[in-house]
Amino acid sequence: MDILISGLLLGGTYVLIAMGLNLQYGVARIMNLANGEMIVLGALASFWVFTSSMVSPLLTLFLVAPIAFVGNWLIYRLLLVPLVRRAKNQGQLEVDSILATFGMSFVLVGIVVSLHGEYFTYSFLASPLSILGTTVALNRLVAFAFAVVIGLVLYLWLNHSRAGMAVRAVAVNPDSAKLVGINVLKVSALAFAVGGAVSAVAGVLISTFITLDASVGVIFTMKALIIVIMGGVGDIRGAIVAALILGLVETAVATLIDPGLTLVSAYLIFLLVLLFKPQGLFGRAQT
Amino acid sequence: MSRKEVVPLLIGVVLVVVAALVPYVANGYWLSIALTAMMYIALSTSWALFSGPTHYISLASGAFFGVGGYLVATGMSDYNQSFWLMMAISALVATVLAGLIGLATLRLSGVYFVIFTLGLAEMIRNLVSWVQNNFLGSRGLYVLTDFTEAHIYWMLLAVATAVFIFGWLIDRSRLGFALKIIGNDETVARHVGINTAWTKVILFMSTGFFAALVGAIIAPRYSYIEPNLVFSPELSFLVVIMALLGGTHRLWGPLVGVIPFTLIWEAISIWIPNFTTLFLGLAFLTIVYFIPNGFVGLFEKLRAKSRSWQ
Repeated sequence: MDILISGLLLGGTYVLIAMGLNLQYGVARIMNLANGEMIVLGALASFWVFTSSMVSPLLTLFLVAPIAFVGNWLIYRLLLVPLVRRAKNQGQLEVDSILATFGMSFVLVGIVVSLHGEYFTYSFLASPLSILGTTVALNRLVAFAFAVVIGLVLYLWLNHSRAGMAVRAVAVNPDSAKLVGINVLKVSALAFAVGGAVSAVAGVLISTFITLDASVGVIFTMKALIIVIMGGVGDIRGAIVAALILGLVETAVATLIDPGLTLVSAYLIFLLVLLFKPQGLFGRAQT
Repeated sequence: MSRKEVVPLLIGVVLVVVAALVPYVANGYWLSIALTAMMYIALSTSWALFSGPTHYISLASGAFFGVGGYLVATGMSDYNQSFWLMMAISALVATVLAGLIGLATLRLSGVYFVIFTLGLAEMIRNLVSWVQNNFLGSRGLYVLTDFTEAHIYWMLLAVATAVFIFGWLIDRSRLGFALKIIGNDETVARHVGINTAWTKVILFMSTGFFAALVGAIIAPRYSYIEPNLVFSPELSFLVVIMALLGGTHRLWGPLVGVIPFTLIWEAISIWIPNFTTLFLGLAFLTIVYFIPNGFVGLFEKLRAKSRSWQ
């Protein structure tokens, strides 16, 4: 029961991380390997604001989201559009964007290290709470609740708004989307920016219960990628299920065997997915 | 052999001889830099043999390198085996490992492969640390040999030379031809009857083999080994940067990238160590935006331009 509840709470945060990456990869077709650094930046902002002026991270969210949105939008327009234009095919764009986002990831890590080289430690809502006989920290629960709300808003936006429909159209097929009058570049930039903002918000929430430092971004990127692939690229529903599975398995392995093996368990899942269901949990086989 | 083939071969022989003489003129600090450069020459060239034509970016070098170093250390320290035996075993293990990873991931698109190799070194390090802490007792491993830096350097030179010979042979073989077609268009390659998955897997296995050899040879240099030291993700990135900086579409391309980059990297690590990560990032961005085909590509473009003016 302990494992189930903590696993689900962890999975809830993973959902948020994976949603950010899913928008960026599923729609803008950019495999953003600097995604984890957005999480770290969000966490750093929250840490700074909290330690300097005692502002609740739950308020910092509303500050971080627009900044991350604009920042990611600029990254897409200035750095990634030239690559999209230059690429002769999808394969080349993939290689270029992987290398470019690796570069960005290292640059961001370098900047964060020079800003704040130590752990982002602060204590927020760290009081115990009992649910169904399991003791959980209040901050985890609050983060989970926020993740659910944000996920829901995102889901509604994607499925019940005009802009959301355009985003989904581009995700399905950019070439056909052009034919019905969608400005693919603009929609891609929008999706990339929203994805970045979601990741940064996830960073703010995660920093309330996990102590981060400059170098952990890549671990989050890894996990987000595994979730996105397991759930199926561009599939929000799949990502939610996959995130919960990963959260549960990691918690189970950490409590039953050894906390040092969480990455190994994530890899095991990844390997199984690649071997048996490379198109994602709910994906159909590609033709 | 035609004249066109003899000249590069002669240049190659001369270069190897010159490189072999380095320990007689350089010592201490400069020899250690030459050693590092030689290590990256072997790793980057071998990396480019696979990634150049296939465009699959492998970040597994660090993992295979670690397998090499760690197995040598474990075998020598805990089981009293000879260095040579452990070197052979580690190369074999890494080759098999690369084969398994290749079979699981190389059938799919490049993204899956990059992601899988991205965390591989870290994952193996976690696994090894866990096994060591729980079953073997956590103690350091000592690699005590009577090799000097010059010996290690010569062994690496031998590996690097072997990589070049291997690359040259591949280039002339059916395998190399198949690789070029895959690189240009994988669908076409499949249609003309090339087993694309196997071709890629075999080449990937060769990178595992060479990286483990290099890792095994480097182990005596450290003398004290622990998982955190040998399974370094940074190494994988350095290998990629150096190869891309030089250019991966020529066998000698990575060589042109390794030498200047090793020197700059060395200088930065000494003078401004906090700047290394940022520098790594800037190097990646520079390559993608300004020199996508490496120094070799830049050089070839300039030469073509000057010819068209004449």
